[in-house]
Amino acid sequence: MTRITVSVDGVPYTDEVEPRTLLVHYLREVVGKVGTVVGCDTSNCGACTVHLDGRSVKSCNVLAVQADGHEVTTIEGLAVDGELHPMQAAFHENHALQCGYCTPGMIMQAVDLLTENPHPTEDEIRQGMEGNLCRCTGYHNIVKAVAAVAGSTSGEGSGAR
Amino acid sequence: MTAVDDRPTAEIGTARRRKEDRRLVTGRTRWTDNIQLPGMLHLAMVRSPFAHATINGVDTAAAKAAPGVIAVLTGSDIADIQGVNITAWPISPDQKTPDHLPMPLERVAHAGEIVAVVAARTAAQARDAAELVDVDLEELPAVLDLKRAATDEVLAHPALETNKSAFWQLDSAAQGSGGDVDEAIATARESGIVIEREYRQQRLIPAFMEPRSTVVDPTGEQVVMWSATQVPHVLRFCIAATTGLPESKIRVIAPDVGGGFGGKLQSTPEEFVTLAVARTLGKPCKYTETRSETMVSAHHGRDQWQKLTLAAEKDGTVTALKVDLMADLGAYAAIVGGGVPVLGAWMFNSIYKFGAYQFNCTTYYTNKTWVDAYRGAGRPEATYAIERLMDELAAEVGVDPLEIREKNWIGHEEFPFTTVAGMTYDSGNYEAATARAKELFGYDELRAEQQRRRESGDPVQLGIGVSTFTEMCGLAPSRVLGSLDYGAGGWESASIRMLATGTVEVVTGASAHGQGHETAWSQIVADRLGVPFESVEVLHGDTQIAPKGMDTYGSRSLVVGGEALVRAADKVIEKARPLAAHMLEASVDDLEFTEGRFTVKGTDKGVGITDVALAAWTGHDYPEGVEPSIDADATYDPVNFSFPHGTHLCAMEVDTETGATRMRTYVCVDDIGTIINPLIVEGQVHGGLVQGIAQALWEGAEYDEQGTLVSGSFVDYTLPTSADTISFVTDHTTSPSTSNSLGTKGVGEAGTIASTPAVVNAVVDALRPMGVDDVEMPCTPERVWKAIRSGGGTQHADTTPAQQAHFDEGAPNQDPAAGTTDGVVQ
Amino acid sequence: MIPAAFDYVAPTSLEDALAALAQAGDDAKVMAGGQSLLPILRMRLGAPETVVDLGRIEALRGVRDGGDHLAIGAMTPYSDVVADPLVAEHAGLLARAVETVADPQIRHRGTIGGALVHADPAGDVGAPVLALDATLVVVGPGGERTVPAAEFFRNLFETAVGDGELLTEIRVPKHTGWGSAYEKFVRVSHQWSIVGVAAAVRVDGGSIAEAKVGLTNMGSTPMRATAVEQALVGKDDSGLADACAAAAEGTSPPSDLNGDADYRRHLATVLTRRAVRSAMQ
Repeated sequence: MTRITVSVDGVPYTDEVEPRTLLVHYLREVVGKVGTVVGCDTSNCGACTVHLDGRSVKSCNVLAVQADGHEVTTIEGLAVDGELHPMQAAFHENHALQCGYCTPGMIMQAVDLLTENPHPTEDEIRQGMEGNLCRCTGYHNIVKAVAAVAGSTSGEGSGAR
Repeated sequence: MTAVDDRPTAEIGTARRRKEDRRLVTGRTRWTDNIQLPGMLHLAMVRSPFAHATINGVDTAAAKAAPGVIAVLTGSDIADIQGVNITAWPISPDQKTPDHLPMPLERVAHAGEIVAVVAARTAAQARDAAELVDVDLEELPAVLDLKRAATDEVLAHPALETNKSAFWQLDSAAQGSGGDVDEAIATARESGIVIEREYRQQRLIPAFMEPRSTVVDPTGEQVVMWSATQVPHVLRFCIAATTGLPESKIRVIAPDVGGGFGGKLQSTPEEFVTLAVARTLGKPCKYTETRSETMVSAHHGRDQWQKLTLAAEKDGTVTALKVDLMADLGAYAAIVGGGVPVLGAWMFNSIYKFGAYQFNCTTYYTNKTWVDAYRGAGRPEATYAIERLMDELAAEVGVDPLEIREKNWIGHEEFPFTTVAGMTYDSGNYEAATARAKELFGYDELRAEQQRRRESGDPVQLGIGVSTFTEMCGLAPSRVLGSLDYGAGGWESASIRMLATGTVEVVTGASAHGQGHETAWSQIVADRLGVPFESVEVLHGDTQIAPKGMDTYGSRSLVVGGEALVRAADKVIEKARPLAAHMLEASVDDLEFTEGRFTVKGTDKGVGITDVALAAWTGHDYPEGVEPSIDADATYDPVNFSFPHGTHLCAMEVDTETGATRMRTYVCVDDIGTIINPLIVEGQVHGGLVQGIAQALWEGAEYDEQGTLVSGSFVDYTLPTSADTISFVTDHTTSPSTSNSLGTKGVGEAGTIASTPAVVNAVVDALRPMGVDDVEMPCTPERVWKAIRSGGGTQHADTTPAQQAHFDEGAPNQDPAAGTTDGVVQ
Repeated sequence: MIPAAFDYVAPTSLEDALAALAQAGDDAKVMAGGQSLLPILRMRLGAPETVVDLGRIEALRGVRDGGDHLAIGAMTPYSDVVADPLVAEHAGLLARAVETVADPQIRHRGTIGGALVHADPAGDVGAPVLALDATLVVVGPGGERTVPAAEFFRNLFETAVGDGELLTEIRVPKHTGWGSAYEKFVRVSHQWSIVGVAAAVRVDGGSIAEAKVGLTNMGSTPMRATAVEQALVGKDDSGLADACAAAAEGTSPPSDLNGDADYRRHLATVLTRRAVRSAMQ
């Protein structure tokens, strides 16, 4: 077992973990951040996306021990004082989720995307979300939601009438 | 405590943002895998790597000795209590159905079957120990290919002595709904047109995003099972029917469920094994599968060969359609299993007026993962076949694909219309949907561009695909199901509880897993009872809270469950009426109910329905002969199916140099009857479209010669991403259904059903001048390229190779993609 | 989904890393960004006794100007390579290829050195590194040695980095003023390359003065299309098709669900022409 200290959603946690423990399992099973979910075993789906030191990562593809001394933000840490993060609000407003399973990862990646590129085109949004699979929405409204936050109308052009 | 303030005049038709979202966007969710119980054990399955093998023995000693392990069990350890994974729909009286034990004792019939289970204190310990289980499997010959299965050379289940499970036929002459199909084809051979094709419906994997998970707690009076399922009620029935547990001792809960698309419409070996282990050990147990396990173990979809003969007069008027299906069930008849292809029987004739029709379906077993419903279930296959054929007919006649459809479809003035398959379509307007779609699509402009590209020999060709589909939704009238030997009814249940403090609890037997029922049901109840949208709480997915239900699949929830809700609401009003009359000191006959209030005609006296609920709850003063409750239940059995339809138009660019395809534009105009919530409807359409498009272009479950699922992870089962798809143009025309009081038709599967042929038609349309008349799905770049090279696709492999000018290096107008990479799908 | 148990070492210096490797012996596995290693461990396709994590060795990160070359630390994440102004100016081809690797989350963690040592033939980093005639710095118990890219890739998942050794730096000769393009052909965006072509050209007076072409997934290692490179010299736009026709010469591409070997050979010629044309712009 290895002792690690990780800041998760602004709160420091110190725990003993096996080195093989994946960050996502640490978050879910030790810290109780079950909002972050596992959708695959090949790091394709992105459902487990969190921010590690402010950058999006797939938490199934990081060991908990690698996060020792670092900061993790999950979907549960995005809203501040009960106020939804603009991306969370946009997903709701634009019906960018159905079953909601991919949603935590989608939102975390979307936030990261706009951090790196605040005014993306529709194509840049689509490319920037390529690491996150959704089976319900057909991506249409997800793209629209991200575009809405970016203040761009790129996702609206050919949308629903 | 009046309820009528501050609400829109009508909730139905309003794009309400979903109630469900707040939890889901903040991660405050309850997926089955989130559940932790005191003393809970974690399970890991040991699965067969072989497609077909005898189980000679399972050595569990090393695994039992591993750290944290509580038990290692095999099929024989739980033989008395493990139950059976049953089929609910034997499609013929003589259907052959092998026993499907959750954990077989003697023989495995597909790779991925469970042969042992480890229970340990942690999931990691369970997995570690599972690696130590030594299973002695002796490989048997496996049959993997559907057509080879039909020869019976190798048997999936030797004891059955054949791979054939059942045969099912619908013949229009025999049932009196049309003419003799063979006669009509013979006539067409002499003086008309006969189109004969064979199409492949590849095997698909539903690929819901949440892997399946089951938690069983055996410590209470009732055994509680949480499971990532679409069908908690059906599951409870299956457990009771086969494990010896009385139904009243079983509580099944579907908490937050992350998608299903038919893939969670099952009673699964994993659920039954988890139950058996929990009962054996007396401790709560959890099993959560890995994605790789989902891929190989959860049921697959489609997998058919379709032989089709379409007969027409020279002018393109269709006279007959004959369908011969071979359907691969995989290793076992799943819960709906063999019935899925049969669900297509009434849909091959689609929106058209055919004189004669025959549908033949034979189901076979192979040593592959079992097959059952996947979004659309039988109807996508039918729609694909007929919409591909109509394009072929148009090409043969030499007219526009829309023209050939118009010549054959049911005119809007002809409804209700009884089809050659014997279904009565209540409403529709194909002309209106098509006109609107053409307008949004810019049909004539795109045809002109297509012509320009053809003339200039552009390496990137443009194809336009049409799909004018219909489907049958709202499974299903129970009497119809009975006549088909389906093992259950098709009704749905709803209860409304009018709480004392003014809120309304709605209990539905439908089991949502992303559809937005909480929101839509709230809108329906808010309108019907005149209470605020926010005051309605929708409860579902727990057999103890919603004791009656038939669950969610087949685009049934709104059409059947929504109607049950309406009827329950109407009962609430009727039960409230005498109490309201008593409160208002008026006669029942003098009361009117509008917008949540009972008023006395011609006066300003009135009382809100929530006030009546409070009065009923206190029970201090109510009339004689009336019970002090205005709560009500309703069970609704539909009288007919509903028939959404629509016109979908798709433009595909095909890079003839690489075979890559790129979607340029997709327009769909659907008529799904009355729309409760346009936002939710759009979402259903978008998601459905991408699943259908994915069948056309990307997805396919492929096995190697050993029976190993090659596309067994998300690395190889190529789901599309946002970067592979486009934004869609959607619109609606509305012909309300006449078979339910809301006028709804169902939308969950429409996009999936319609889009697959639209896309393939577009790809083929792009290449038709090169002699291509088919590309097998998924239309991979390699297949497209090879079809171009052979100039004939899979149908005319022996025809003369078509022009291949595009591949002559140095030829003019070679590469419009000079300086750009836009010509290829990235 | 849960790896087999292993011991974990996270040295903070190269010396400590080499010592840890030496101590751990045969059953040690080096982890760079872990984006290919962790899936392997999760699927239990590998079960090392010890994982030596290079993630805390700061000295192995970053891009530095080495005069006639760029020196890229092996532990530099893909996303840093893509964003680096020096790479953009002097080794544009590398950025073009690396920006196509996997997805943004993976590019935040995965490293250029990790990809090279992993040596997946469908990976997108090998072809540009090979095409740009990079030199790889390998450090082991015996000290430091340099390996030309042409000698680095040995076979499927096999490189010149031996047991107990580490790749520390990739030295990419400056290709200032060269045009470049990476043509990656996939069916869906999150796939590994079916075929990829990395092309860099120096254009002089409208025709190609020098060309370098690397191929992804056309054999068990990244390959160089030398015949094409030679044929391209002196060609302008009109001569590209002929010059690129030999792109698949000497290759031995795999056959799988995405395409058979013949199809890949055909793709290689089309994509080479497109990559070169794009690089000339």
